[in-house]
Amino acid sequence: MNQPDPLIAAVSATVADSDSGHRDLLQSVVATARAIFGAQASSILLLDQSTGELVFEASSGRGENSLVGTRFPAGQGIAGWVAVSGEPMVVDDLSQETLFARDIAESTQYVPRTLMAAPLLHDEVVLGVLEVLDRAEGRPTTLDDMDLLAMFASQAAVSLALVQRNRLAQAVLRERGTEFDEVIRLVNALTQRMGPRRDAGLQLIAVLAELL
Amino acid sequence: MTAFPDAPRLTWKLSDLSETDLTVRTAWSGGVDRLWRTGTARGAGVRVCVLDSGVEPDHPEVGPLDGAFAVDTGPGGEPRIVKDVLGDTCGHGTACAGIIRQLAPDCELVSVRVLGGDFSGTGDALLAGLRWAVRERFDVINISLSTTRQAFAQGLRQLADEAYFGGTLLVAAAHNSRVESFPWRFSSVISVGSHGEADPLHLLYNPTPPVEFFARGIDVPAPWLGGTNRRCTGNSFATPHVAGLCALLHSSHRGLTPFQVKSLLHLGAANVSATPDSAPESAVPGRPDDRNGIR
Repeated sequence: MNQPDPLIAAVSATVADSDSGHRDLLQSVVATARAIFGAQASSILLLDQSTGELVFEASSGRGENSLVGTRFPAGQGIAGWVAVSGEPMVVDDLSQETLFARDIAESTQYVPRTLMAAPLLHDEVVLGVLEVLDRAEGRPTTLDDMDLLAMFASQAAVSLALVQRNRLAQAVLRERGTEFDEVIRLVNALTQRMGPRRDAGLQLIAVLAELL
Repeated sequence: MTAFPDAPRLTWKLSDLSETDLTVRTAWSGGVDRLWRTGTARGAGVRVCVLDSGVEPDHPEVGPLDGAFAVDTGPGGEPRIVKDVLGDTCGHGTACAGIIRQLAPDCELVSVRVLGGDFSGTGDALLAGLRWAVRERFDVINISLSTTRQAFAQGLRQLADEAYFGGTLLVAAAHNSRVESFPWRFSSVISVGSHGEADPLHLLYNPTPPVEFFARGIDVPAPWLGGTNRRCTGNSFATPHVAGLCALLHSSHRGLTPFQVKSLLHLGAANVSATPDSAPESAVPGRPDDRNGIR
């Protein structure tokens, strides 16, 4: 058996730590968005409904090393508005902006002059916000920019939904961990081994399932 | 709101002409152009409500407000309307109010903050704020936001219909992304998307709705927080242009119904000509020479 069994792969993706793969996907979205718009920075923020905060999940460009994990209240500022209203927004000349997460911007020694922000919508729900800061200078905003931003936001929303689903699955397993510890160990062992030992393991599981 | 000074009897069919008053309360000049639409009007006497993130008090480009309210959470968790003390939590509402002021500087302007602050729920607050504004019988309500939640669609639709027959115009921004959201999607509101022309009075009618009109929505100069201003892009900022136009129409032709205003906006749109074969006037996309130029 050269290819992993799809079912085993699906189960292992749910129960094993696949967060890093999804993070790579989010990182790829912001890196591409930044390149397409010729921007100084791009970030994906997750809306944490339990605390009413926005959390940086991925960041490319200026501030990327310090932003991930940073939180700020979603009740204020442009990203907050986009998160709670579900509407994208493009605002230029933000140098005097008082509420654009200025504390965070200044902590990274970076206050943007222009900002594009779009909601990450998935199944009617806003999961977060995609931001693009300081797109290429002298480039006027066009309707096509809004469409392009929306396309990236769709991609990011799917990625973020996967991250959240995965985290939810892990949280459930953590809560009821003792019950499923052995199952998780079994799945991890199977995904890490190839060849006859893996086949033998699968046969054993099949026998166990029949017995149960 | 003066369109129906006395609540009319329900009229399901026109079976008895002698008992049904069909007097139309507004004169019809027979022609509509930009001058007819706007004339020298400045919006005096027209009550406009901005449902948004709040409006910064006394911003030089907005001026004094005639009221500022907010939706917050009552003791039982229900949304309620209170006096607003926060002002604008984002800048978005101040921008919308400022654009309305640019077009209709003398209109009465009332802010209802439905987002931001402690109340982060979208649909509930929007519904509560809109219900209050419709029952206050404003002439025009600017709604530069929407909810994607189907659960709120029916309630919003009922309010939109109530407003339409009560003489209140709802001017609502279409979602900027290709998603379904409400209330802009309803036929009883005036829905607005963006075009890229710099003229704030340039209006385009869309013959293939649901978005019915396009107005200036790209790089719009507008007031922002702290007495500053910004250049803003999005349907949110196209919508107050149409709300401002509606205020002008109301102030120069009192008593117009939402149906009449919508018709007048259509007749005065830059891409609608008196005759289908009228000669081209300009090469600007979306103007009469380019009837297919609407995006």
